[in-house]
Amino acid sequence: MVVSEAPPRAASGPGRRVGAVLFRHPALRLALMLLPAVLWLGGLYIGSLGILLTYSLYRLQEFTGLVVRDVGLSTYALLWQPANREIVVRTVAMAASVTVACAVLAFPVAYYMARYATLRMRTLLYLVVIMPLWSSYLVRSIAWRAILAGEGLLPWVLDRLGLDGLLRLALQAPLVGGPSLVQSKLSLFIVFTYLWLPFMILPVHAALERVPGSLLEASADMGARPRTTFRRVVLPLAKPGVVAGSIFTFSLTLGDFILPQIFGTSEFFLGQMVYTQVGVAGNLPLGAAFTFVAMAIMLVYLGAARRAGAFEAL
Amino acid sequence: MAEAATAIRRGRPNEAASEAVRFVGVTKRFGDVVAVDGVDLEIRAGEFFSMLGPSGSGKTTCLRMIAGFERPTQGRILLGGRDVSGLPPFERDVNTVFQDYALFPHMTVADNVGYGLMVRKIPKAIRRDRVAEALDIVRLRGFEDRRPAQLSGGQRQRVALARALVLRPSVLLLDEPLGALDLKLRQAMQVELKEIQQRVGLTFVYVTHDQEEALAMSDRLAVFNHGRVEQVGAPAEVYERPATGFVAGFVGVSNVLEGEAARAVTGSPRAVTIRPEKIHLELDLDAPVDPAHHHATGTVTKVVYLGAVTRYTVALEAGGELVVMQQNLRTSSMEALQVRGRRVRLVWDRQHSRPVEPGDDPGTVGSDDPGKGGR
Repeated sequence: MVVSEAPPRAASGPGRRVGAVLFRHPALRLALMLLPAVLWLGGLYIGSLGILLTYSLYRLQEFTGLVVRDVGLSTYALLWQPANREIVVRTVAMAASVTVACAVLAFPVAYYMARYATLRMRTLLYLVVIMPLWSSYLVRSIAWRAILAGEGLLPWVLDRLGLDGLLRLALQAPLVGGPSLVQSKLSLFIVFTYLWLPFMILPVHAALERVPGSLLEASADMGARPRTTFRRVVLPLAKPGVVAGSIFTFSLTLGDFILPQIFGTSEFFLGQMVYTQVGVAGNLPLGAAFTFVAMAIMLVYLGAARRAGAFEAL
Repeated sequence: MAEAATAIRRGRPNEAASEAVRFVGVTKRFGDVVAVDGVDLEIRAGEFFSMLGPSGSGKTTCLRMIAGFERPTQGRILLGGRDVSGLPPFERDVNTVFQDYALFPHMTVADNVGYGLMVRKIPKAIRRDRVAEALDIVRLRGFEDRRPAQLSGGQRQRVALARALVLRPSVLLLDEPLGALDLKLRQAMQVELKEIQQRVGLTFVYVTHDQEEALAMSDRLAVFNHGRVEQVGAPAEVYERPATGFVAGFVGVSNVLEGEAARAVTGSPRAVTIRPEKIHLELDLDAPVDPAHHHATGTVTKVVYLGAVTRYTVALEAGGELVVMQQNLRTSSMEALQVRGRRVRLVWDRQHSRPVEPGDDPGTVGSDDPGKGGR
């Protein structure tokens, strides 16, 4: 009888030995996989936040312009100065109005995409919504400058339509007005809304797409007119999506420091203030303190969003 | 529970003639596709009416036209004698139990059931009482504060039913409401639905593709095929006297003899259908045959033992094929299976050879599956 040969054993090189060890220790495998991300987030991100926090507790010696390394809350006390308080209020108001505008503009588009558009149309719209995100935000902002500038497209169109009076009226209005359209909060608001709109459309669309058509039929079946169906069924079910989108629009506006330099009045916004204090004025403690203001606002916002069910929609 | 039922119950119509729904020459096209093709139908008030047919036969479209989700391309739909063809769903006195239940996920059971009342601005106190009543009928008291996601499939189905019942519609539409439930639950719900319907006395229009369900529950039923109604009648009528080959095959097993095969057995080439349980299978080929009987010889090609009964498929020597259902009075599975391949004689009373319009053969939809056949 012929004894059949044993199948060739796997060659045992160092690579194989490592593989075998990893195979036997799933916890080690997991640790190795997560290590780079943990180092990146934990080390760099949390670490730098720690440094920032430390700096916010230091203060600036006004005469020498040097950072005094005494731990205290004196820098935070500076935030309470009227000028600084105004910056926070102004920024939050801008973020809130941009968020509301995005929600109002995004909803019909998302609703159309989710409920009426054919597959082709939906793909096309997806592309149209996402495509701007592929190009530089700076380029698009500058392009808007060309549209909104005194000799730009929008004033020209308004002029042709005989609506230039409307524009002048808007620029004279308190809060939103300014010497010209580019130098007004109105233009800042317009461009912010344009920039962040895709971040609202996509989550709202995702939420609406998960609402089965039979729910709308059931509502009508039980006697609800379209308006009631919208208010009682569509809106509550879309809410998590709107709130999820608002996290983007709100936080992106809150932290932006470039757009207020291109558009708007000379009044400062939060992100711009951080940028100026750290980069120009060399007041690292105040810049760090402003950063924590923005973070605190966002934490409060996220807490509210979580209660509204936004994280179930993501 | 009894009082609750009486509260929802509508006055039962005195005259049998009173109609709940009428289709007058209704056609529905979706683009080039004709989903419903010239349907005339009358559904009487207070009856349990089923629309039975394979998928794509137009039964669901008909239901959706009663509800108002679709508008007929041609023809009219009357509810209680009134033309509603142009009315939107929210202006029609009908309610629907959806196939997927369509419960609002963001509302509690009580809010779901009370939705229609809330829309009609019924005061809260009255609303609460009527919701409780409706939940009583479907035996779901105590579940008011649950969310649909916290309910089982059967419970969701009951909520959907309560939600439709609470508005006391003139007609209740049910779109394959038991389709998503497992067999045992489905059978239990069939009995319960029928019971509820009799207790509340509403007109039920019930769409299903399950012939046994339709036979078991309906007062009358319509068999749909290719957008047309092939036959309307009481279950026994439709089963015992199918009007077309399609009905014979869809409601029961397709046992149609046509042409030469029909001539060899009955003496006429006219197509006939014979119900499989009416046929007697004899192993003794030489026994004398009663002249009041039709008979044919053939070879048993398939034997399916189903416990209570055995289903034999016999290829006739005259051509064609008959399915025979025999009760297993004295037969065990072993004995039944031994018959395969043997020559047998099939005998049945002449009156059970029912002439039919030759129609397209739906195969043995719904009854070829031993699990279903065993019910």
